[in-house]
Amino acid sequence: MDTDAVTATGLTVRRGGQDVLTGLDLSVPAGEVVGLLGPSGSGKTTLMRAITGVQRITAGTVTVLGHPAGAAPLRTLIGYAAQTPSVYADLTVRENLTYFASVLRAPRTDPDRVMAEVGLTDLARRPAGELSGGQHARASLAVALLGSPRLLVLDEPTVGLDPVLREELWSLFHRLRDRGTTLLVSSHVMEEAGRCDRLVLLREGRLVTEETPARLRTRTGVQDLEQAFLRIVREPDLGHGRHERPASEAPTGGED
Amino acid sequence: MHPALTGATALRILRQLRHDPRTVALLLVVPSLLLVLLRFVFDDEVFFARLAPQLVAIFPFVVLFLITSIATLRERRSGTLERLMTLPVGRFDLLLGYALAFGLVAVVQVAVVIAVALGLGMETEGSLWTLGVIALVDALLGIALGLFASAFARSEFQVVQFMPAFVMPQVLLCGLFAPREDMADALYWISVVMPLSYAVDAITEAVERTEVTGDLLVDTGIVLGSAVLALLLGAATLRRRTP
Repeated sequence: MDTDAVTATGLTVRRGGQDVLTGLDLSVPAGEVVGLLGPSGSGKTTLMRAITGVQRITAGTVTVLGHPAGAAPLRTLIGYAAQTPSVYADLTVRENLTYFASVLRAPRTDPDRVMAEVGLTDLARRPAGELSGGQHARASLAVALLGSPRLLVLDEPTVGLDPVLREELWSLFHRLRDRGTTLLVSSHVMEEAGRCDRLVLLREGRLVTEETPARLRTRTGVQDLEQAFLRIVREPDLGHGRHERPASEAPTGGED
Repeated sequence: MHPALTGATALRILRQLRHDPRTVALLLVVPSLLLVLLRFVFDDEVFFARLAPQLVAIFPFVVLFLITSIATLRERRSGTLERLMTLPVGRFDLLLGYALAFGLVAVVQVAVVIAVALGLGMETEGSLWTLGVIALVDALLGIALGLFASAFARSEFQVVQFMPAFVMPQVLLCGLFAPREDMADALYWISVVMPLSYAVDAITEAVERTEVTGDLLVDTGIVLGSAVLALLLGAATLRRRTP
């Protein structure tokens, strides 16, 4: 199954005596934008941390790009932007990027490239702590783009952005996918679900469904994705489509 | 371990300090002001001459403990440490980067403190270089203990409390206030396991003798060994996977 960028089997994470993720089976096909949706507290962040290898897991396995999650070779292959912007508040945007680029041994031109990609070129000399919420999040996203990783794990990257910027980021995500990058993007905004090639819905630490937006619409008979999800949650029998993956629905961009 | 990553990390920390000139000024000025204060509070040249070298050993230890523990706590809490843990950088690259950057700060601070102490009438038989090296090893101990202590603090409030917890007992028992030999047995034995005691012994040795004695080397070695041990313990607290 080398077409899958991420495979999780029986993934269980228990924290403080409670299951945050329960027996999760999931596969993320390479070269797609996969939306990870669910209410807050559903386990999205924990799943993303498990994939990046910083989460201690209780049971199950997670395989990323052919390696067990957290393996050393993955450290240059995955770009991760956590929900809280993880940059140094007292360094400028450029100084942050220069440092992380040197840690990644990324090309010297990478800081300029990623600043342009997230639209922060004009703010290169601004300390990260003085940026607005949306700019701060984009600075953190820029760090994840350094070194052109094969898998991007982005936890709520569009939170607090105005519609124009959100639109720009989604076209960036699609451009990256067209270059062969796999993206796992979490969101609790259902309107973003339609921009993804595939959707993964989590609820209370369990996988509710995993399929393409088009198929979700046909199966539930509802056009609006939010309504479609509601139907699936209310009628669990509908939520079994996750292992069907007709070739006709695969996006053309990320073939490898 | 990768020297390039250690260097990049040290450079990054120094850049962070450059954006905070007030902290740098405080680092350099406060110990000197305290020396001046002590000189005139006691108003006794002989007493100050005995006290000053010990303070030269203690100030960098205390100050660097404090700034290192807070800086690493910020790194842990801001999410940047977790981000680094997903990147190809080892924990020793980070720890040594911290030690290098704050070690450079300590060099400047030690130089200023020694200069001020000499200006106020401190006298030494041994060379100033010996004094400087011992003070620097003490600073390194402060850095290493600060890195270690930050792992046990969840907030800035807690880490500031570690200062009295980790540092004050050492300052009280190191021989600054009363000679260790005159202490009650229990206190003496506590002072034996506290690294700062050896720092003060070493610096006293350096001030009283012109030549570098074996005792001085042993004492300094114990301080350095404690710093290395604290760094290793600090490394053990940096985990790639967290609950």
